Amino acid sequence: MLISTFQFNTTFFWHELLRPSSAFLGGLWRTVYISVIAQLLAVIVGLVVALARRSTLRILRGVAGAYVWVLRGTPLLVQLVIIYDGLAATDIYRFQDVTVLGVTVLASVQAAILTLALNESAYMSEIIRAGLAAVDAGQHEAALSIGMTPAQAMRYVVVPQALRFVIPPLGNDFNAMMKSTSVLSVIGVPELFFITQEISSSTFHTFEIFMDAALYYLALTTIWAFIQTWLEARIDRSWGIERAQRSWWASLRERFQDPKTLAIGRR
Amino acid sequence: MASFSSPSPASSVDDTGLVVHASEIHKSFASQEVLKGVSLDVVRGEVVVLIGPSGSGKTTFLRCINHFEVPNSGVMQVNGHLIGTKLDRQGKRVEASAREVATQRAEIGFVFQHFNLFPNRTALENVMLGPIKVQKMPKEKARTVAIDQLTKVGLANKIDRYPAQLSGGQKQRVAIARSLAMNPALMLFDEPTSALDPEVIGEVLSVIRDLANEGMTMVIVSHEIGFAREVADRVAMFDDGQIVEIGTPQQVFDNPTQARTKAFLSKVL
Repeated sequence: MLISTFQFNTTFFWHELLRPSSAFLGGLWRTVYISVIAQLLAVIVGLVVALARRSTLRILRGVAGAYVWVLRGTPLLVQLVIIYDGLAATDIYRFQDVTVLGVTVLASVQAAILTLALNESAYMSEIIRAGLAAVDAGQHEAALSIGMTPAQAMRYVVVPQALRFVIPPLGNDFNAMMKSTSVLSVIGVPELFFITQEISSSTFHTFEIFMDAALYYLALTTIWAFIQTWLEARIDRSWGIERAQRSWWASLRERFQDPKTLAIGRR
Repeated sequence: MASFSSPSPASSVDDTGLVVHASEIHKSFASQEVLKGVSLDVVRGEVVVLIGPSGSGKTTFLRCINHFEVPNSGVMQVNGHLIGTKLDRQGKRVEASAREVATQRAEIGFVFQHFNLFPNRTALENVMLGPIKVQKMPKEKARTVAIDQLTKVGLANKIDRYPAQLSGGQKQRVAIARSLAMNPALMLFDEPTSALDPEVIGEVLSVIRDLANEGMTMVIVSHEIGFAREVADRVAMFDDGQIVEIGTPQQVFDNPTQARTKAFLSKVL
């Protein structure tokens, strides 16, 4: 009996979706932890760059400005190849697999985390800069009036308040970050896209396996949307602002229905 | 530059009772000269109310006292210390470090027109922050201090409220408690009731009145003429970047000698 290979193999689709192979799960896991670590690093570096851009020292402002200009002005894919292959080809730095506490981190994964973090830190610095600017100038003065130094005012008063303005656009960026891990396949990082490609070429069930991958990406971004909604509600509560009579679920539904609700929170 | 030297009993710099000594303060923003040589001495326990039309420089002068604004020239001393500047070994005036300025500001309370409470902190946390972070006071002690101050301004039952959950008058009272918790030698008020609804102005004024009765040294920018008459030891009338008239409330309000004072009072009374 002749079965067309273009037919959708329902069994294969459901099997890989519900009982994915360990290779598939491994790829999914790498996608998650690479995104999370890169995002955390990006927030830290982004904060430093954002503060540098507000510095009174012109040289510091200049260096930080150039950093953002270059990293936002060049494609992630190009940065990735330069850092992983370019540095190695010119013998400047060659990433090696390292084993820490029995866990081996592949060379390509290290380069991936570094590149994603650097790239994202440029965007984060702009988000944090906007967040800092959104905090009322009177807050800084109030902190100074009780005897804080400008550095203390920043640390104890301005930065914690900026968080409220930073979370919505940060969430947007992290959503994008999880999806852009798919370009890491170019340097051979065995993440979700790379593994999906491998399964595809060995089974020829291209449509099925990529549909599965798409659903897993969708699941990741959906879970993140839940977490983000929870975070925003929590921050609002810590300002004594209750989201009036609106359930957690309702505000999540709203997020998907109305793009305007993504706008930065009310003052 | 006609500027009125204050007729306060003490006018020498090294005397012990002088909390504020301002001499010939000039301040310009871009090409606009906002203060044209303002001099004012405030003795310990004295309440001085600054009145005058908007744009006359009274708020800018108040902000010069705690170095929120840096004068272009003139001498500003609080408790005998130059504010924002210091003398180096050669006796030359140089800029003080951020830390030195902060230490000086810790002894000067400042109450803002728009309260500027920290919105992400409860009333109690607002008041505790200065003692903990600036005075390095242990948390438990800071808590006691903060509760005392909040009780003093009549908000003992609101300590766990966030600013968003308080009325304007309550917010301003928390702001006053936040300043008092630092145990300041001087309190500065920048139009403390201008952003308030009429019905809550009284509760804030009564807190300030209590402070006056306790002998707190205060400089208050206010449009509340009735209140100024009641609490002020002296009233300074600002116009066009200068103090045009200064004296007791009776002198300034009942027998103003300057035409500009008369013109201003005829509009606000």
